[in-house]
Amino acid sequence: MNGTKEPCIVAKDLTMAFGSFVLQRDLNFTVNRGDIFIIMGGSGCGKSTLLRHLVGLQTPAKGQILYGDVDFWGLEPEERERFGRRFGILYQSGALWSSMTLAQNVALPLEEYTDLDPKSIRERVSLKLALVGLSGFEEYYPSEISGGMKKRAGLARAMALDPDILFFDEPSAGLDPISARLLDELILELRDSLGSTVVVVTHELASIFTIGNNSVFLDPDAKTMLAAGDPKELRDGCPNPTVRTFLTRGEAGAPGK
Amino acid sequence: MLAFHRPDTNTLVVRIAGDWVSGNPLPPAGEVERELSSGPGVRRVAFEAAALGKWDSGLLTFLLKVFDRCSAAGVAVEKTGLPPGVVRLLDLATAVPERKGARREEKRDPFLARVGAAAEKAWKSNRDTVTFVGDVAVAVLRLFRGKARFRRSDLLEVIQECGAQALPIVSLISVLVGLILAFVGAIQLKAFGAQLYVADLVGIAMVREMAAIMTGIIVAGRTGAAFAAKLGTMQVNEEIDALKTMGFSPIEFLVLPRMVALFLMMPLLCLYADLMGVLGGMIVGVSMLDLGLMQYYLQTRAAVNLNNLWIGLFMSAVFGVLVAFSGCLRGIQCGRSASAVGEATTSAVVTGIVSIIVATAVINVICNVLGI
Repeated sequence: MNGTKEPCIVAKDLTMAFGSFVLQRDLNFTVNRGDIFIIMGGSGCGKSTLLRHLVGLQTPAKGQILYGDVDFWGLEPEERERFGRRFGILYQSGALWSSMTLAQNVALPLEEYTDLDPKSIRERVSLKLALVGLSGFEEYYPSEISGGMKKRAGLARAMALDPDILFFDEPSAGLDPISARLLDELILELRDSLGSTVVVVTHELASIFTIGNNSVFLDPDAKTMLAAGDPKELRDGCPNPTVRTFLTRGEAGAPGK
Repeated sequence: MLAFHRPDTNTLVVRIAGDWVSGNPLPPAGEVERELSSGPGVRRVAFEAAALGKWDSGLLTFLLKVFDRCSAAGVAVEKTGLPPGVVRLLDLATAVPERKGARREEKRDPFLARVGAAAEKAWKSNRDTVTFVGDVAVAVLRLFRGKARFRRSDLLEVIQECGAQALPIVSLISVLVGLILAFVGAIQLKAFGAQLYVADLVGIAMVREMAAIMTGIIVAGRTGAAFAAKLGTMQVNEEIDALKTMGFSPIEFLVLPRMVALFLMMPLLCLYADLMGVLGGMIVGVSMLDLGLMQYYLQTRAAVNLNNLWIGLFMSAVFGVLVAFSGCLRGIQCGRSASAVGEATTSAVVTGIVSIIVATAVINVICNVLGI
């Protein structure tokens, strides 16, 4: 896509487990800088769990996650926390802090990690909310706005510190097709204008083909990844029938046939 | 409704007629099985449904049971006689074979394994608690060094919620406890003509123990439960994950303001409950025992010394920390479902009240040993 492919996130022999229950094993994939990388797969295959490993919420059972040449899980907890400030994360439900207004939600990381004065923080907050189409909603509480607006407000908060890498957990879940599409366009727009790398967990085919240029497919039965690469190429030419079935909504024939 | 006939020795025709809807009594599938085993050599089961009226899922479950039994007995089934809608639904229901290993078996572990699992769980929960104590201690140290990060407005909000807004219920309960203590004492003391000592009884009991315990229990039920529910819901909504990934420690950000607020507010509430309790005793003393207002007041003042007051206030500060601790601990440990929030809330209140009673006993023993 970008011509020069510079690895941004590399997973090496990653195994994810809860206690003795192995969810996925031997994951190896590379996310290049500027990619929109899709983590896809059926329900319950560990997509969201993989995201939690990538952002530092859950420790891998085995293997490494490299950001550039930094071994993320080899860092001391405080360093890892500091490193994590380069991430912006949009949670499935938005995860806005419910006791704060939208403006306070977006402002909190700015107040904590920058030396900006209150006035410039206010300006930046308004800018971020305007970018996601929520100007004028600064003083609303998360419970007072719709699901789609919560997602967008969550995105504004994720972008507060101008992160290098944006993570999205099921951005279009629970949104109507139009809102989902607008969010997809917003993601593309942000990648192009800010130059950030984007990692998206989703199983919405429309989104996958609109925004993704790289992906990994997790399978709950095989307990590992079945394919990696551009989702459009995987749809047309992946040798694995399960992946093709998934990407064509079953129209390429049932698995095993 | 259900009839059988046999056009030849190999075939059993099941005739289904009438309305097969929920509400009508439906024949058990066992009848077909009985019919199968009654005559020898049935190799084929067919259906005739020309007289079938309305039908719903009841007919489908019946037919599925019949199919199961037929395939167990090695008898072929012919669905052609059934209405096309029924056949399509049956095909759909049998299209995906049951996934092997997906069904959860009710498995009962042997006794020793269960004891072991319970012990492991208890050990883990103790470790979690100790870890939480350690985290909180570190956060408190950071607070003293001025490095703890939380929102001042959160602290003020919690102070208002657990302090000022608790006043009405604390007033009610304390006055009533004062009344009850006075009643209990009055009956005994009146027999000796010593009703004046009701003032001593109520004063010392309230100031030294009861005010602290009662406010502790009220706050555990009111504020401790609210802490657990709030933090638990934040856990469910991934709000705590969002804090963590932005580099905010949930302990500093959420637990510390709550603990500080209760530590500051509990002694004040307790002092207020002292006054209200004495007022309750005074109501009984003046109205039932013919004591003068001034007389009751002077007697109370003579009976209650400052030591009693300090012990009561100290206990209430301890209770404040314990209630905040148990509420926040259960909230942070909460699982990711609605029922987990309910469990966390219950557990917070139970832990809070138990630790209050245990702490009271411990403090009393220590006071006794020290002679205060």
